[in-house]
Amino acid sequence: MRSLFFALTPLLIPMVLQAQPEAFPSTYEAPSGPPVLFKNATILTGDGRRLDDTDLYIANGQIQWVGAGEIGPDATAVDASDRWITPGLIDVHSHLGVYPSPGVAAHSDGNEATAPVTAEVWAEHSVWPQDPGFSRALAGGVTAMQILPGSANLFGGRGVTLKNVPSISYQGMKFPDAPHGLKMACGENPKRVYGGRTQAPSTRMGNVAAYRSAWIRAQRYQADWDRYNQAVKDAAEAAENDSSGASVASALLTNTPPRRNLELDTLAGALRGDILVHMHCYRADEMLTILDMAEEFGYRVGTFHHGVEAYKIADELAENDVCGALWSDWWGFKIEAYDGIQENIALVDRATGGCAIVHSDSDEGIQRLNQEAAKAMLRGNRAGLDIPPERAIRWITYNAAKSLGVHEQTGSIEDGKMADVVLWNQDPFSVYAKPLQVYIDGVLRYEQDNPSLSPKSDFELGQLMGTAQ
Amino acid sequence: MNTTRFVIALLGHLLLASPSYTASLLITNGTVFIGDDAPSSQLDILIEDGLVEAVGSDLSAADADQVIDAAGRPVTPALFAGITAAGLSEIGMVYEAVDSRLNELYTGLMHPEFDVRKAYNPLSSVVPVTRIEGYGYTLLAAAFGDRTISGQGSLVRFDSGFDSFEGKTTIFVNVDGYSGNKIGGSRAAHWMLLETAFSSLAAKQGNGFWLTHNEHPLINQDGRATLKDARENGIFVFRANRASDILQVLAFSRKHQLNAIISGGQEAWIVREALAESGTPVVINALDNLPGSFDGLGARLDNAALLHRAGVSLLFTSGETHNARKLRQVAGNAVANGLPYEAAIAAMTSRPAEVFGGKPRMIAPGLRADVVIWSDDPLNITSAADQVIIDGKLDPMTSRQTELLKRYLPTEPGLGRAYINP
Repeated sequence: MRSLFFALTPLLIPMVLQAQPEAFPSTYEAPSGPPVLFKNATILTGDGRRLDDTDLYIANGQIQWVGAGEIGPDATAVDASDRWITPGLIDVHSHLGVYPSPGVAAHSDGNEATAPVTAEVWAEHSVWPQDPGFSRALAGGVTAMQILPGSANLFGGRGVTLKNVPSISYQGMKFPDAPHGLKMACGENPKRVYGGRTQAPSTRMGNVAAYRSAWIRAQRYQADWDRYNQAVKDAAEAAENDSSGASVASALLTNTPPRRNLELDTLAGALRGDILVHMHCYRADEMLTILDMAEEFGYRVGTFHHGVEAYKIADELAENDVCGALWSDWWGFKIEAYDGIQENIALVDRATGGCAIVHSDSDEGIQRLNQEAAKAMLRGNRAGLDIPPERAIRWITYNAAKSLGVHEQTGSIEDGKMADVVLWNQDPFSVYAKPLQVYIDGVLRYEQDNPSLSPKSDFELGQLMGTAQ
Repeated sequence: MNTTRFVIALLGHLLLASPSYTASLLITNGTVFIGDDAPSSQLDILIEDGLVEAVGSDLSAADADQVIDAAGRPVTPALFAGITAAGLSEIGMVYEAVDSRLNELYTGLMHPEFDVRKAYNPLSSVVPVTRIEGYGYTLLAAAFGDRTISGQGSLVRFDSGFDSFEGKTTIFVNVDGYSGNKIGGSRAAHWMLLETAFSSLAAKQGNGFWLTHNEHPLINQDGRATLKDARENGIFVFRANRASDILQVLAFSRKHQLNAIISGGQEAWIVREALAESGTPVVINALDNLPGSFDGLGARLDNAALLHRAGVSLLFTSGETHNARKLRQVAGNAVANGLPYEAAIAAMTSRPAEVFGGKPRMIAPGLRADVVIWSDDPLNITSAADQVIIDGKLDPMTSRQTELLKRYLPTEPGLGRAYINP
């Protein structure tokens, strides 16, 4: 048998031991921008600190220092007295590109609503990079966002994290090395969509049964690959040691890798923690059910999205290290949103270790995440919680970055991080606040009232010709 | 608080949380926006028997049963909540609790006689949720579905009354690309049908349906009577965003002598001179800045500012019912994009009443005392309504949502939240 084994190994070992090459890899590379020194700014760092009258220096795409340090001879100085600086805003829940403007039927690419479990689809394959919504969000200070599939399905597919830079392709926007997300959905939407077709699931219990069945398949898939990889490893070791210890079974197994399955690739990735779970869920009781299910299958729920009842279980969310990505004031559009209160975000934030996030789920809201956060901050303060701006800014920066698994790279103003920075005309928590400048990886990507730094999509060119402006 | 007033307050509390009643109330030291487009001034407001009795400096507290020191906080008339289904839609997707539209009727295409006011429920949780955020009235709309004429509504006051309707009968007509596509397959076909329907008003006709060319019932006798009456005494709100559609509305309204208002108006800025000249008011969502459809390629954030500067009468709506309270933010963004502050205040307070034929809604002697004291700038998201006053009565400032907050704010739930009954 050894001869057979030796005949196979040179072919097989390189194939199985090499990681799968990244599919649809990011092609984003930041052009080089000149170093910038912001002088005398009020800085909300994104991780809870406020620095008054402070300088900030960015160069080579990174935050070089906050406070004092050396600057290069070619640095541009920006007087930021009376101006505020925050990290670039991050939206963890957007459908830009997959439900783009104009919202014509042929652009409706966000829900593969043909089966309740479609973990195999990737939102990025639906993203239309020419959605004018991207540039509007940029003017609102958004430097990164997660584009998610919709909530028609129990497992809606993979989400993708993008840098908010104009590009011909989504690959040109893809946040380098950001983990994928997995969009899941609780409650009314899946059971309505499929129950309406007299198909499972038509009830909440049907939802849970279908999640669990899918996880069981994913566990089996993972076990098959684990066994296969172990066999390959054993066989390789045996070959190296020139021992006769490699069993016939291992050798045979080595010759028959499990068949790859896109759906189970995604689900197994979520079980392993390589793919972060983003769960659309409104009701408190359902979120607790989901946390039990995660324990049953040994995976982590990263973030509950929408969670209009998250305030009812703020402590449980914090204990489980689960973020709540929430609206400031949406409610009542369906019965699972009936108990929405404006203090939701502040109460999730109150719990020790709580991870509150303001998300948009809206091409309007993503342009004004600062305003949405301001409303939530106000309601918290009026309820007697003490929430200063440096705390509230975390909801749209660091906490959002953490939810997307990119908090080591961005989401706060700290030395060595990506220079994703917004310069505001004033305290950003105001209806009158506007970004004056938006930097992504140290490159000035937007400037107020500067047509050469106000990107337009191809779609917008040449429209309404003849209109007197 | 004297004993009598305490008893009255207690009774008020027992009677289904009705507003606490004060015979006369003095608000002192307000930064008062009276509701027109004048700047604010420091004023006192004396309210008696539900009406504003006097507005001035240094009014005497001796005349009042109760005094509220506004301490410089802004005071405005209670705001307009936009065009909504408040009191018609309890929960958006619970269709048996939504009464704002007419669906799949077996008869007729146009039903202007469909009147949403018959289904208005002032006890809906949406009403106090909206009112405690500083809103005193709304325009009840027949929902813009796929209908050509979706029905009629009018202003309604958020005073808990079952029939607190005001102003003129308002007919809602859709003339955008979406409805055109649904009705007759194109805008042109839809205008043809509207023309047929409105021309029929002048024609003599016996009993039965007025028929289109292919014998499909278009509008019945009641509908025709409604249109006739509305042409004399009512208002037609046309939903249109594209510039060319707006001009078409103006021409149509001129021809049939309709009192027209544009709702949507994303490209109204392109035809602002024509709008100003015809005196046609426009209701916009000032946050619209995306080409959401081919009707709104020209949507832009300074639409409000451009319309105002051209002399167009401007109102706001958010398109929301449950979150109609967002309208202050909409107006604030219009100001952030060039609309003069006082113009936004007028658009949020008195102008909607003027446009839709309601009673004047300003802070002036003899007028109804629907007033709000704000914690800060009422057009900014940094403020909230500290005290809403409707008909001169202090609103209890409670809603289903404040009750939920009271239940979940304590960190020690004891036997459980179900036992915390505020």
